[in-house]
Order: sequence, then structure tokens, then C-alpha cells
Amino acid sequence: MFEAIVIGVSAGGLKALTAILPVLPSDFPLAVIVVQHRHRDSDNFLDRYLDDLSSVRVKEAEPGEVILPSYVYIAPAGYHLLIERDKTLSLSIDPPVNFSIPSIDVLFESAAACYKNHLIGLILTGANSDGSQGLKLVKDYGGYAIVQAPETAEVDVMPKAAIDLVDVDKVIPLQELGVFLAQEKFSSNVEMSRRVLNE
Amino acid sequence: MKPEDMQEFEINQLLEAIYFRYGYDFRDYSKASLERRVLHRVQQSDLGSISEMLPRIMHDTEFFELFLRDMSVTVTEMFRDPKVFKKLRKEVFTQLKTYSRVNIWHAGCATGEEVYSMAIMLKEEGLLDRTRIYATDYNNHSLDIAEKGIYPAEKMKGYTESYITAGGKASFADYYLAKFGSAKMVESLKEHITFANHNLMKDQPFAEMHLIVCRNVLIYFNPKLQDRVLTLFKDSLISRGFLLLGDKETLDFSQVKPSFETFSKEERIFRRMMYV
Ligand SMILES: C[S@@+](CC[C@H](N)C(=O)[O-])C[C@H]1O[C@@H](n2cnc3c(N)ncnc32)[C@H](O)[C@@H]1O
Repeated sequence: MFEAIVIGVSAGGLKALTAILPVLPSDFPLAVIVVQHRHRDSDNFLDRYLDDLSSVRVKEAEPGEVILPSYVYIAPAGYHLLIERDKTLSLSIDPPVNFSIPSIDVLFESAAACYKNHLIGLILTGANSDGSQGLKLVKDYGGYAIVQAPETAEVDVMPKAAIDLVDVDKVIPLQELGVFLAQEKFSSNVEMSRRVLNE
Repeated sequence: MKPEDMQEFEINQLLEAIYFRYGYDFRDYSKASLERRVLHRVQQSDLGSISEMLPRIMHDTEFFELFLRDMSVTVTEMFRDPKVFKKLRKEVFTQLKTYSRVNIWHAGCATGEEVYSMAIMLKEEGLLDRTRIYATDYNNHSLDIAEKGIYPAEKMKGYTESYITAGGKASFADYYLAKFGSAKMVESLKEHITFANHNLMKDQPFAEMHLIVCRNVLIYFNPKLQDRVLTLFKDSLISRGFLLLGDKETLDFSQVKPSFETFSKEERIFRRMMYV
């Protein structure tokens, strides 16, 4: 059974996340962990705004926090967000990766090592290629890879880069992504979910 | 078995080996970012896997020095989070002024930028002359840079902005000498600072500290090591002494929490309770 979704998003992220997170039900059985590229001096407007709109709980990721289902954790500005193998969150101020801190690759790589085939990776709109390597690793570990359909992205560079590099499982238009992730049978067992997802 | 599935085992074995061979206990570090740095070194050194690095670590002390340097994240800057420095200056310094001698400890000072920022503010508030700053790290390479106090001149523009936001009262350019593309911090700041090697994994507390600054170091430690270090700080502080942590760090999950009160939640400033 899938346990977590990691989402990587850059330019155009506010609109994209607003189209997805509010669609998830309050008892959504997975945890969602998000890296949204943003300026390092940004405050937590994004987290509060999305929390107000959503039934799932949206909050800034804190170091040492235990990851829970039905929660959405957003990387704080200016810090990398990583997942430890004991399913807790951690932060670092290591140098930027792909010119980015937080970096999507950093989140996805650590998430893949932790959740292995119980993980879904999702790449959304953006103007660079951060996240492609990470999504590849999600697949190497047996996870499931989804990319926003480039033609529905505000900026299509990031989804295109991911599709070029990774053998993705599904490419989905933005407006259908929330419903797709929220579907009910989704969280049964991995094989079952895989079949449902591929229908 | 796929290579990915061996990685956790390999990394644990590597950390055991390092502890056995050199006494550095990285087993209590946050693994995810550490693992990333280890893999980076594996790649840089053209090794095929973490296991291939193991013999190098065990038998080649020079290689281990290189590895140690990789493990220590030296990212830092002057007046990081200017609002924190402003708060210190406005509310903590007024308390420090009631003492005739002030001791400050920067733990995990990296290349020193944070320490010089502190010295500048102390000077502007008339506190520097009665203050001794102890600045420690376990990375000798960083300490060398910190001691020299020479930084790339192109960074000074950004630092000047942060200095102003932090409530700087004079001209930032008065605190360094610009020469050949570098900026050297002035002696009048340096003479109040003592740089020294101190390993938070295993070394002893300092005595009689009025303020301890340890920012963006605890995020690299697991809860067990965090507790060790915070206990060290608790034991090093005078009654009513101050503790400043990094912007995302808290005492919330720590056993020392009852010994501290929150002085400023937003700026992560805590205060040692009165000794009983
Ligand atoms: C990311 S830097 C933070 C620098 C500065 N305090 C700041 O916030 O800008 C972390 C520092 O902690 C140091 N450090 C890590 N583990 C340590 C240990 N066990 N003992 C002493 N210093 C340590 C590293 O060498 C590095 O210089």
C-alpha cells in the first residue's frame, strides 16, 4: 500500500497546488510532502493559504516531526527537506542543489530510500529540471511516477525534463490530478493500486 | 538484491567503522543528509559504492580528513536572519549589560561569519570590551578560515544589507579592510574572540556562559545527540543565561525543556531558569 506522495513544484506552483490539495478528503490515507521552490525570505503564507482551502491539514515541515497520513508538509523557505528512514522529517542548510534550496531532488532521493515501492512521486509545473533525478530514483526503488501533463503546466520545462529522463507511469492534466490522487481504491495494496492507477 | 537495498546497511557499517577507527560518532547524526554527502564523496572519488570507500577510510588517514571535511556543512553567512540579531541587540544585550564580564559561546561556528556579526553588534552597544567570545567547531579547516577572518569581497554587499536590517548603527565597511578582492575583518573585533576545536559529540561543557549561540547545528543531529548537546549547554550557562538556536530549531522534543523558558519564540531565544 502506498504511504506517501512527494510533490515537486516550482514556477506556477500556487495555482497547481491549489488545484490539487483542496480536492483531497480529510481522511486521505497518505502523507503528502511538498517542495515548492520559492525565495528564501518567503514567509509561511503558502502553507496557511493552502491550509485554509484544504480539508487535509497543511503545515510547514518541522525537523524531527513524525510523518502522519492526511497531512501535507511543505518545505520551509531556505532549507532542504529530507525524510529519514524512520519516517520523520529533517531539514538541512547544505548548499543548494540545482541552484535550489529546498531542492526537489534532495526530497525525492531521501523519500525513495525511505518508502521504496510505497511512494508516489509527482512533478508539477516549473522552469528548471530539479526533480528529474529524484523521480528517476523513486522509480529505481520501485515507486510510482506521475508528471503533470506539460500542456496544462504554467511553465512546462520541469514536467518535460522529468518525462524525458524518467519512464513515468502516468502523465495527467492538472485538473484531473486531485481527483486521481483522491480515488478511493488507491491505497489498498500496491499491486492493486498499480492496476487501478493504470486503468 | 538491488544496490539500493544495500545502501542502508553499507552506510551503517561505514559509520561503525569510523567510530571504531577514529572515535567520531556519526551514528547519531540525521542520516538522510549525511547519506547524501557520503554518496557525493563516493562519486567524487570515483568509487563504485560506499563499501568500496570503507577500506580507504580505515587505512588512509588523509582520505578520512577529506571525508571529515565533507561531513561538516560549512554553509554560513553574516547576520543570517537579521531579525534575530536585531532582537538580541534590543532585548538580550540590555540584560547582558548588567554583568561586568560577559562570556559568549558560539558552538558550531563554521568559518566565523556569525561570530564576527556578533562582535560587531557588541561593539556598537558598548559591550565588546567586557566580553570574551569562545567560538568552536570540530572542523579545523573552518576554524583556520574563521581565525583569519578573510572573506570574499563580493559577499560584502549582501552582508551590508543584512547588517542594516539587523539594526547596524555605523557603516559596515568600517569593520573590514578590502584588499585584492577580499575583505579582512579588523583586529579590534578579533582580539575579543578565541577560536578553538570542540566536538559536540564528546567534549566537555564550558563554564559560566552568559549566552550560547548554536544555530543550524542541531538540525544535523538525531534526538539523542540533540539531547546530549542541549544538556551540555544547560550545564554551561549561568543561572538566567541565554540560548539562541537556529530559525527552525526548538527545545520542544528535548529533556532539558523544563530547565528553560522561552524568551522569544519567533527568534528562538531561550533562557535558563533560575538554579534551584
Ligand atoms: C551549517 S553550519 C552552521 C554555521 C552557523 N552556526 C550558522 O548558522 O550560520 C554547521 C556547523 O556545525 C559544525 N558541526 C557539526 N557537527 C559538529 C560537532 N559534532 N561538533 C562541533 N561542531 C559541529 C559543522 O562543522 C559546521 O561548521
